[in-house]
Amino acid sequence: MEYEAVIGLEVHVQLKTNTKMFCGCINKYGGLPNTHVCPICLGMPGVMPTPNHDAVVKTILTGLMLECNIATRCKFDRKNYFYPDMPKNYQISQYDEPLCEGGAVTLNLLAYPKDAQKLETTVVDKKVRLVRIHLEEDVAKSQHDEGQSGVDFNRAGTPLMEIVSEADMRTPEEAFAYLTALKQILIYGNVSDADMEKGQLRCDVNVSVRPKGQEKFGTKCEIKNLNSISAVRRSLKYEIDRQIEVVSEGGTIRQETRRWNDVKGETAVMRIKEQAHDYRYFPEPDLLPLNTSLGLRSEAEVLMPELPSAKKARLATQYGVSEYQASVLSSEVALADYFEKAAEAAKDKGLVANFLLNDYLAINSDLSTIAVPAPWFSELANELTAGKINSKQAKEVFGLMVSDNPGNLTPLEIIKAKGFVQVTDTGALEAWCDQAIANGARSVADYKAGKVAALNALKGQVMKLSKGQANPQTVGEILEQKLKAL
Amino acid sequence: MSSQGIDVQYVADLARLRLSADEVATFQKQLSDILGYVDQLQKVDVSSVEAITASAPTSNNLRTDELKPSISAEEALANAPVQSDNLFIVPRMVE
Repeated sequence: MEYEAVIGLEVHVQLKTNTKMFCGCINKYGGLPNTHVCPICLGMPGVMPTPNHDAVVKTILTGLMLECNIATRCKFDRKNYFYPDMPKNYQISQYDEPLCEGGAVTLNLLAYPKDAQKLETTVVDKKVRLVRIHLEEDVAKSQHDEGQSGVDFNRAGTPLMEIVSEADMRTPEEAFAYLTALKQILIYGNVSDADMEKGQLRCDVNVSVRPKGQEKFGTKCEIKNLNSISAVRRSLKYEIDRQIEVVSEGGTIRQETRRWNDVKGETAVMRIKEQAHDYRYFPEPDLLPLNTSLGLRSEAEVLMPELPSAKKARLATQYGVSEYQASVLSSEVALADYFEKAAEAAKDKGLVANFLLNDYLAINSDLSTIAVPAPWFSELANELTAGKINSKQAKEVFGLMVSDNPGNLTPLEIIKAKGFVQVTDTGALEAWCDQAIANGARSVADYKAGKVAALNALKGQVMKLSKGQANPQTVGEILEQKLKAL
Repeated sequence: MSSQGIDVQYVADLARLRLSADEVATFQKQLSDILGYVDQLQKVDVSSVEAITASAPTSNNLRTDELKPSISAEEALANAPVQSDNLFIVPRMVE
């Protein structure tokens, strides 16, 4: 029997704000334990929370970017539970009136893992629907030692969005693409840095399997401890295989929470809770409801960025780059911004796209460390366009410019220092061509016999004679003329 | 939850309260009475009334995203029964 998986994701995203959700402590990763704290985020009795305006606006902005319905009115609730990461014994969250409902994440081709992009089974531009996005406070971070745990409240109270998807994904690759595309949008909107290693984006996975064609969902398991997008993919692959094996041998899946072990590459059952979660939500009496129609929504609308799909279309028309190049450029807002600066003064914008995507990314895939001033791309491209250097020389200049440039020379200075000039003087070119023909009797004969490729051998000779400074295109033309006249 | 159906022992477990059988009986009656009042309130037709969560008709009491001073780790940990390396030490939490 053939089985299919049903996958839903719950993603927690820390918002990028100056301060925490309900107090003025700094919202910053790291720091000495318990130094970014105050009575409010420590959960002392009797303290009063006040919501952070920017956190509310950024959550609405996220909802707008993901095509959600933004609630006109919503409220906060208390989620009651006992755990040392939340000493006031409840987390302020949103229960039945979240800020955003509905919406979707579109799985663009480049969001999929590289090896899945070519597969026929990959559903490009699939829409994974969202259930909701709500705003809450993060809890303290704990570390566990022998017999005891240590609690650090620097993270406690960080504004946290919970983004819940429908169970619309069917493969680990779709879950991977969902997270990649979601992360891209969050960074586009500057709502979060969404760095999984820093816990700024955290993901819980729900997965079940069912015979293909069956409508009813199977029993689901939850997977925790996923610290990277590739871990999500790998854990799902493992867990789906495990569940299919159990079911196809006639067994039943227990509803349980499983922990991903990244080193072993497997999931294992966590302690099964005897009591189902009963958080006894009730409205947070210390907070007033939010009314988004009184300015909050319009403030978020002003912050609405150009989204990846719109940017892609604009780059293609405005710069004449290919659709594929436009997709790659728009996959990261930093890359697109850099390209626009790099191409600004270029006569041939496509050349800049080639340099950036083919040559630069081949050397260095991390754009955050790019040390080359963006206008240098235009400068180099224009030299090539004007025929002052040939493409082989341009590649050499480019290599020096990005990875071996201790003097921080501009492309023009490098060209000068290397003595690169492109010889277009036909007198000199003709002399070299004559010499190449005289020395290359065999290639000449081949060419005459109809082997057009033999021309390249002669061309290579001329380039050698010119020490690489001849204009290859002109050389080709002269050689052809001369050979025809023979 | 209906007033008859309240499971005092279950609620006590959730709230980490240890109750004797007598206490369970006492609270069973008291909580049932309170929920009885709520049952009465729920009979009122409020379909035309908008929900409020505060007595004053107001909303959006928000704070600008501006930094305020935090307290020192020393102050934060002053009441901690056990601490180590700036951390609150608690019995090991089981995952």
